[in-house]
Formats: sequence, C-alpha cells, structure tokens
Amino acid sequence: MEDGVLFFQEFSIMGKDFSNAGSVSTEIKSILKEIGFDPVIVRRAAIAAYEAEMNVVMYADRGVVRLRVTPDKISIELEDEGQGIEDIELAMQEGYSTATPEMREMGFGAGMGLPNIKRNSDHFEITSQPGRGTKLNIVIKAR
Amino acid sequence: MKLTEIKEILNADVITGDSHLGDEFEEVCSADLMSDVLAFATPGTILLTGLTNVQSVITAHVAEVGAVVYIRGKRPDEDAIKLAMQKNLPLLASPLTMFEACGRLYKQGLKSGSSTAK
Repeated sequence: MEDGVLFFQEFSIMGKDFSNAGSVSTEIKSILKEIGFDPVIVRRAAIAAYEAEMNVVMYADRGVVRLRVTPDKISIELEDEGQGIEDIELAMQEGYSTATPEMREMGFGAGMGLPNIKRNSDHFEITSQPGRGTKLNIVIKAR
Repeated sequence: MKLTEIKEILNADVITGDSHLGDEFEEVCSADLMSDVLAFATPGTILLTGLTNVQSVITAHVAEVGAVVYIRGKRPDEDAIKLAMQKNLPLLASPLTMFEACGRLYKQGLKSGSSTAK
C-alpha cells in the first residue's frame, strides 16, 4: 500500500443495473463512517459518490470506482465505458439533461448530478471521450 | 416536534421504525426529485416524497434524512422497506397531498429542511 493510505478499494458498477444502483455509495459511506471521518465530510463524499454512481448506472455500460483514503483526503475516482459526454460544459449546467423517462421515474435525470458532485467536492475533474467513456476525479479534504 | 405528533398531523401510519416515534424533528423538506434532496436537504430533516422506489431510501440514507413520509397514499416498494429496516430509517405513509402535508406541518411551526444557499 502507498504511504499514508488508510484504505483502498475498487468497486465495479454495471450499467443499467437499476436494482443495485446506490449500493457502492452506501458501502463507501459505511467505510468512511467506520474510519471515523467527520459526519459532514462523510455526507459530502457519499452524496458525490451516489450521484456519480447513478450516472454510471444510467448512462454507461460499466464502470469502476476507486476509493482511496488518506488522513488528509478522500479520493473517489470513477472510470466508465460507455457513450461518454459530448459537451462537458453543457453537461455541467444545472438543469441540462439527456435522461430517459425510466431514469426520471427513479427520481434522477433532472440535470443536477454533475453540479451536485462538484458542489460536494473540494477538487473535481471530469474528462470524457465520446463513444468511449468518462472519467471523474473527486477529492474531498478530510480536514 | 416528536415524530409521533407529525404522524398524527399527517394522518400517517408507520411502515417501519416504531422505535423512532419519540425522535425530535424541527425541519421538513419535500421533493420527488432525489437529486434535489441530495443538493438541498439539510441533515436530520424529514423528507416528504411521492417517490416510492428504493432510491428514495438510499437518497435519505446518503443525505442523512431522519425520516421519510410517503404522501398521496403511496406505499414504498419491498426493496425500499427492506433497506430502511437495515439502515434503521423510519418510513411513514400519509394519504394527504404534498401541498396539504407541507401546509399542515408548516402551520404547526416546522421549518424548511432544505436550503438553496450555497
């Protein structure tokens, strides 16, 4: 394990697997809570992870989440294979959405996901290759 | 206000979480859109919602919502109830509309459990 890494785990998410959507983020939340982070930090990380997980379930074929925890920060890296995002600037706008009725029935797809992730992160990076997939790098400072 | 009083005001019944009826709540938020709950709900609030699938419970758990009340006579599905039991989250069901439920609780002095301020 790298220096100072308290915890590392990789999770996988299946696209369109709506029945398990959210299970990775609830697990991440339990892990962070158990490590003993401040509840405010745990909540921010869980919200960011959940929105990101929903995006993979809704839009991608499959994805991996890497949770890396050090005493200073929580890093959540997501990498998915799927349609990717054509125009990231547009996707970052609150209210912009390409969601289907099925996604909206689940209470998502109102164009709040990416802005919500950014709002709960101290550092947020998104890159995408249309037709290939999307990468997110979310960092939440632990103190 | 205790959850048991909120239950009476909303003519609600408890689906799971009887042991929480003595819990105190000061804030309420209402939404059918889970991203709005994640963006704007304050921790410890009650959530009034018409969304009955498991995502309503996951969202409540992730956003630290203290209790969920399903409105318009809707009942959560089995997966939602199962997860709520696991996460120790009380679920109630009320026959009232969203407007009526919010209005009654507001009138009784409960405050807004969501904030759009950054």
